Order: sequence, then C-alpha cells, then structure tokens
Amino acid sequence: MNLNLRHAKTGLLGALALCFLVTLFSKFINPYWLYILYDIGINIILAVSLNLINGYTGQFSLGHAGFMAVGAYTAGVITNQFGQLNAFASGGVFLGALLAGGLMAAVAGLLVGIPTLRLKGDYLAIVTLGFGEIIRVILQNVDSVGGARGYSVMHGWTNFFWTFGLAAVTVYVIASLVNSTYGRGFIAVHDDEIAAEAMGINTTKYKVSAFVIGAFFAGIAGGLYAHSKQYITPGGFGFMQSIAFVVMVILGGMGNTVGVILAAILLTLLPEGLRFLAGVQQIPGVAKMYPLSWVGDTRMIIYSLLLIVLMLTRPQGLFAFKKRQR
Amino acid sequence: MTELLQQLINGLALGSILALIALGYTMVYGILRFINFAHGDVFMLGAFAGFYLAPKIATFVPLPSVAGALIIFGLSMVICAALGVLIERLAYKPLRKRPKLTVLITAIGVSLFLEYAGQFFFGASNKKFPDILPTWPVTKVLSLSVNSNQLIVLAVTLLLLLGLRFIVMKTRMGRAMRAVSFNPEAAALMGVNTDVVISFTFALGSALAAAAGILYAINYPSIDPLMGIMPGLKAFVAAVLGGIGNLPGAALGGIIIGVTETLVSGYISSTYRDAIAFAILIVILLVKPSGLLGKKEVEKV
Amino acid sequence: MALLQLDKATIRFGGLTAVSELDLAIGNTDLIGLIGPNGAGKTTAFNLITGVYQPTSGQISFNGQSIVGSKPYLITARGIARTFQNIRLFASLSVFDNVRAVFHLHLRGDVRHALWRGRGYHEEEASIANRVIELLEIFQLAKYRDEPAKSLSYGDQRRLEIVRALAAQPKLLLLDEPAAGMNATEKVELTRLIRFIRDKFQISILLVEHDMQLVMGICERIAVLDYGVKIAEGTPDEVRRNPKVIAAYLGE
Repeated sequence: MNLNLRHAKTGLLGALALCFLVTLFSKFINPYWLYILYDIGINIILAVSLNLINGYTGQFSLGHAGFMAVGAYTAGVITNQFGQLNAFASGGVFLGALLAGGLMAAVAGLLVGIPTLRLKGDYLAIVTLGFGEIIRVILQNVDSVGGARGYSVMHGWTNFFWTFGLAAVTVYVIASLVNSTYGRGFIAVHDDEIAAEAMGINTTKYKVSAFVIGAFFAGIAGGLYAHSKQYITPGGFGFMQSIAFVVMVILGGMGNTVGVILAAILLTLLPEGLRFLAGVQQIPGVAKMYPLSWVGDTRMIIYSLLLIVLMLTRPQGLFAFKKRQR
Repeated sequence: MTELLQQLINGLALGSILALIALGYTMVYGILRFINFAHGDVFMLGAFAGFYLAPKIATFVPLPSVAGALIIFGLSMVICAALGVLIERLAYKPLRKRPKLTVLITAIGVSLFLEYAGQFFFGASNKKFPDILPTWPVTKVLSLSVNSNQLIVLAVTLLLLLGLRFIVMKTRMGRAMRAVSFNPEAAALMGVNTDVVISFTFALGSALAAAAGILYAINYPSIDPLMGIMPGLKAFVAAVLGGIGNLPGAALGGIIIGVTETLVSGYISSTYRDAIAFAILIVILLVKPSGLLGKKEVEKV
Repeated sequence: MALLQLDKATIRFGGLTAVSELDLAIGNTDLIGLIGPNGAGKTTAFNLITGVYQPTSGQISFNGQSIVGSKPYLITARGIARTFQNIRLFASLSVFDNVRAVFHLHLRGDVRHALWRGRGYHEEEASIANRVIELLEIFQLAKYRDEPAKSLSYGDQRRLEIVRALAAQPKLLLLDEPAAGMNATEKVELTRLIRFIRDKFQISILLVEHDMQLVMGICERIAVLDYGVKIAEGTPDEVRRNPKVIAAYLGE
C-alpha cells in the first residue's frame, strides 16, 4: 500500500484545513475520546518517524522514547516561561517550543547516529536502547525539571489542529522524502549497504540523516505529548515505550507508511478496547453472566503473545498486503 | 582505603551475578548469533522458582540450612533449564532461517510475555525472598564487614564457572557446542545434531541464570517480576564488553561492570548507576567493537 | 595519460599479501581482462580500485588524481562503477528504482526540492524517469520496470546490475565475473553486450572473469594474476602462449 503522492501538497493543505475545522468543533467531542485522539495523532508521528529509521533505512533503533523525552522536556520548559497568552500568541509560542523540542531531539539523534554507524542489527538495537536509557537517567538527575518526580507543564495547548496537523506534516515529509530519487537511497542502504556505497550513495550521510529526521519528529511528538498530559516523568520515556513504537512499525510492516499509520491507530485503541471489554459483565444475548474483568489483568499478556505470534506467522507485518513496489 | 575495599567486595558480588547471566547471553550468541532478550527474565524466574520452592522444601528439610538451599538451587536450575529449552523450541526454533531482526523482536515479545505473565501470576508487588541459607557473622577483617552471603555468591559463582569450563572443554557435548559455534553448517555435516546442541546451550545458560537469580535474591532479598530487566541488560553489556561469544570474556565483563557500577554509585552518585553499563557499552563499541577478548569478524565483499 | 593507473598497488591482510605490487594502466575505451586462478586476488584488486579496501602501499590514480583514501561512494562519483561477483541488487526496490536510486548522483536539486515538490522537482523527476526507462530499454529490461529486482531471472539480474552501474555514468566500468552461472548462449549474448556497452557509452571496461574463452574473445589486453602477483600482460594471443600463464592454470 502506498500513498499516491501526485497531489501531495494539495492533500497536506486540505488535511491542515480539515484539522482546523475539526478543532473549532472539538468542544463537542467527549474529552475522554478527544485525549485518545491526541494519543493517536502523537503515536502516528512517532511511528511514522521511527519507520524512516527502522523501516526504510533498515537501522534498528530502540531509543525513540529518548528522543521524545528530549522534545517533551525542551518544549515544556520553554512554554512554562510564559503566562496566560491569547490564542494567537499561544499558538506562536507553542509552535516555536515544539520546533525547539524537535531541534534538540535532532541534535540528540545526531549524537546517537554518529557513533552507531558501524553497528548493525541487534548491536545497534541495544546501543540505541542504551542511549535512550542514558537520556532518561540524565533527566532523572536534573533537579530543575523535577528529577525523577516529574515535571509539570502549565499549558494544555495540545489540540486537534496541532496534533493531526503535525501528524499530516510528518507523513508528508517522510513520504515525499523516501519517494524522491534522493530518498531511494534510504531504501538502498536498507537493502545492501555495500552495493549502495558502490553506487555512489553516501551511506553514512543517509543513516545519520535518518536518525536526525526521525529524532526531530519524535521530539515534536514529545512536545505535543507534554502539552497534552501536562505532567511528564523520565520514567514515562523508558525503553518499554520505545518497544511500543517499534511494535507499531513492525505491525504496520516496516517501510510501509500507510500500514504503520493504521498500526499506530490500532495499537493506541487496543488498550482502550480491552479496558472496555474488562468492564463487560454479560455478553449480549447470553443469559449467563460472563464477567470479562480478567481481560484487564491479562491485556498486556495478550499484547506480548500477539507480538510473538505475529513474528512467527506474519513477520512482514499485518498491513503488508503487497510486496513493496514503487 | 577500607571504604574502597568494601566497595570492591560489594562490586565483586554484584559482578559475579552479572557474570553468570552474561554467560547465557554469550553462549546463545556464540551459537545462534542473536541476543536472547528474554534471558534476563529467566533470571527473574529463577528467583521466583526459589521463592515458591522454599516453603515446599521447608516441609521436609528445615530452612535455613545448607542442604535445603542446595536443593532449592538445584531444582530452580532444573526448572529454568527446562523453561529455556521450551522457549527456544516454541519461539526461536521456527525462526532459525529468518532475518535476525525477526528473531530479536520475537525475543522482545517473549521477554514482555514473561514479565507480564509474571505480574499476573506472582503479583506485581515486591516480595521478600525467604532466608534459605543460614547466615553467620563474618569476622570483621581490617574493619571490613563482609556478609556471609557475599562470600557464598563468590564461591558459588566460582564453582559454576569451573563446572561450565569443564562441560565446554572436556565433554562431548561441550566439544559439539564449540563446533557449532565455530561453523554450524560444517558441524552439522560432521554429524553434530545442532538442534540438540542448541537446546543444551539454552538449558545451560538458563540454569546459570537461575542460579544467578537465587544468588541475587539471597543478597538483595526483594524480588519482583520486572527485576530481570536491568540486570539482564547489564549482563548483555558485560558479554559485549568481554567479547560476545567468549566465555571468559563474559565473566570478566560481568566483574568489570559490577565493580564499576558499585564504585560509581558509592563515590559519584547512585542515581547515575543505571547509566554506567550503557556508557561502558558505547565506549567499548567505539573503541574495540569486538570486545576485550573477542575476535573480529569482517564482511566479505 | 591512462584513465586508471595502478602503481605497485599492494595489500596485505595480516601475513597474507593478497595483491602484490600490481601495475596496471587502463586507457580511454580500453577493454581489458583481469584473469587468474581462484584466489589469485582479482576481486581484491577490484576492491582496491573501488575503495572498499585501502592499499597497504602503492598508488592508484584515476584521471590523473590519486584515489587512495577516498570512500567508495566518492570514487563512484568520480566515474568508476562496478558490479559484484555475487549479485548485489537492491532486493526490495523495483527494477526501475534500482536504476533510479543511482541517479541521485546527477541531481541538480537537493532534499529541499523533494520536500517542496515544486515544478522544478517534478520536471527533474520526470527527466530522470525518462533516462532510466531509456537505459532499461537498451537492455530489454523496461518490461520488468515495476517488478521487484529479486524476482528477475539470474541473467536479467546480472544485466540489471550492469544497467545500474551505467546509471552512475562512469568512465570506467568494472565487471566482476559477469558470466558466472550463465549458459553458453547467454555467454555469447554477454560478449555482444559488453562490446556494445563500450561502443555505445564510450567507456573503458575492466573485466574479471573465469571463462577464458569469453575473455580471450573480447578483451584487447589481458593481465594475469597468480597469488596476487601479475605474471603476464599482453594481447590474448601473447597471454595464451605465455608459459607462466599455462603453468599457473595447469598448476605445475
């Protein structure tokens, strides 16, 4: 499945306009669902950006939550310097803070990308995991942002427009990039580094760019997350979070943007669905009581078993209906 | 000076435990070239096996006692060895010809499964590990307080290392393991049953992890289903540090990580403790990716 | 002046001297063969020229400039492209994209064009697409343009690898055992193809090959390696009659 990019720019502008419209009516949406929608948008940004690193370029990062943390704290610290602002000013400050978070995360991505160049596969995975953990431990030791206790973000500026508008931008940027002649280099690096190098592709540059661009968007997502939850802790960006993003990419089919978006939606809704199931006392149409409360306790077990079964039966991902052909 | 020696002893005890876990990583990597991400959770299961066995054993052997502790050690090791073999058969064996990444992700899945299943069956909260070994006050040598349990850790680790060395160097199975590690295809052609060797490797590694789990629980007597994550990762780092696939390297790496970590938390800041292993990992991969005692592998063009 | 000049190029791996003091000069539109028994150092010589390995000593220059120490991708950008003994295509990319990926070398715009997607970008992409198709058509591969590269037949994969190398617009093309695994008819076809490439694209070709008949048939000059040392160089007839070459092949 591939995005048709012929009218990509028109599509992006349309998506932004639509997001703006929805935002105007968002007060009619149940807040519980609204926040789940924000989670979906944020996870789409994270999964699609990680897909550039893990899917298209064939690297294996297990540290995406670390980049997200950098963005979350940076943006949070910046907006906390401001008091109450009118809608227009807050929008400008928020966008600036998100971009700053993205840039800081991109710098972190550069720092991770360069030393990991020589590494492949599982070594790379474990080192990126290590980098993510180091970021977490450092944040735990910075008292000015609350250390391990966490950090309060004053402004709840994340809304439908920013979340899905930026998700649309992320998808647009990454899809445009990998579908260009320049961007085919990412996939060439994924397929065969030695051949890519022999074909004039600067594999070093491509790999580091993938890390930097991926980290940038993870940082943006972190900023959105911080201004949605309004309370962030270093522990919330541990490697279990990184694994969750990796699972989205795998489930969607590595290097398949549409699949990864679907997977991000599905995996954000899954816990909610299971939580709902856990509250069911009786199956409709069945007289006997079947309380499903056990679902609540076993949902993570089910999740992990699904991952194993998926790898054993459909390692190419759930949404990879067709081989990659472009 | 006393303080330093004290920290070194603490570090050695922690390092020995990491070394035992690291051996399992390194053996599996040596043979299958993949990181068994779930290995740290087998370590956790070892501790829980001991936890649940202790009351049962106590009905016929009084606890704490050396005999009782030995039984618990042995049984836990056997249980985890069986579990290790089971995990390999069910989750990894079907993937042997697949890309390494698929196997790695499966291993992450197995790790998550063991952790969540552990939380479901054992409960998520911390549990106090029972006293299975009699403790005796160790005389203060040079005003050092050496806990008897720490000595036990060192002694048991040493014994297990010697036992492992014997198995790998002197037995038929050990020879087969080395052959498969060197060249699996050639070993198979020469009549080595690689499936059996792989199972045996998992059994051996898991048994050592179980022993490490109990030693850990004796020393830091609070256990929980997520206790394997950090020691598991650090032990992996130890294996890389020593040169992955290299048994003495794994033991050495474990000791180095354990001692460094203890020194850093003793002298600099305990909150940076968890970052030490990863910092070491990054440095070693930059400076000498093949590890302290490892050999270099080159890709053929 | 020669296009490519190797001057006492030597590489040692530990105690083994894989290529020893190799002198080789390739001029414009030369068609030169590099032969030798198994393990003679032919592929190693290729890896030296393309920057995969760095010489332990000696000099390699291309177009009069030293390329020792250059990264492989920079050497390709300067005009040396290669194929691999064991085909290394971009397996998950389509036939079209395998070739297109190489065109990034000739892009005028940078990443910003790809992101802005303005008219300049679309025009450039369209012109690249035309050139890719043109190349594929020359080699009768255009009909497979959307197939994944790995689904092609063996012979087609070899040809696609050559097309991909040509997309780099090299001045020197290195072919590493292009006839490996081909049957007699395919080899005849390959011979025709190699000559055609040289004449059509006006480039030099250095050919590593096991198949003596093929090499003798098309190369104007042949260098023979044995145990990393060049034991002979000359026209096919000279090499064929050289007692050292006969000894090396028959294995004294």
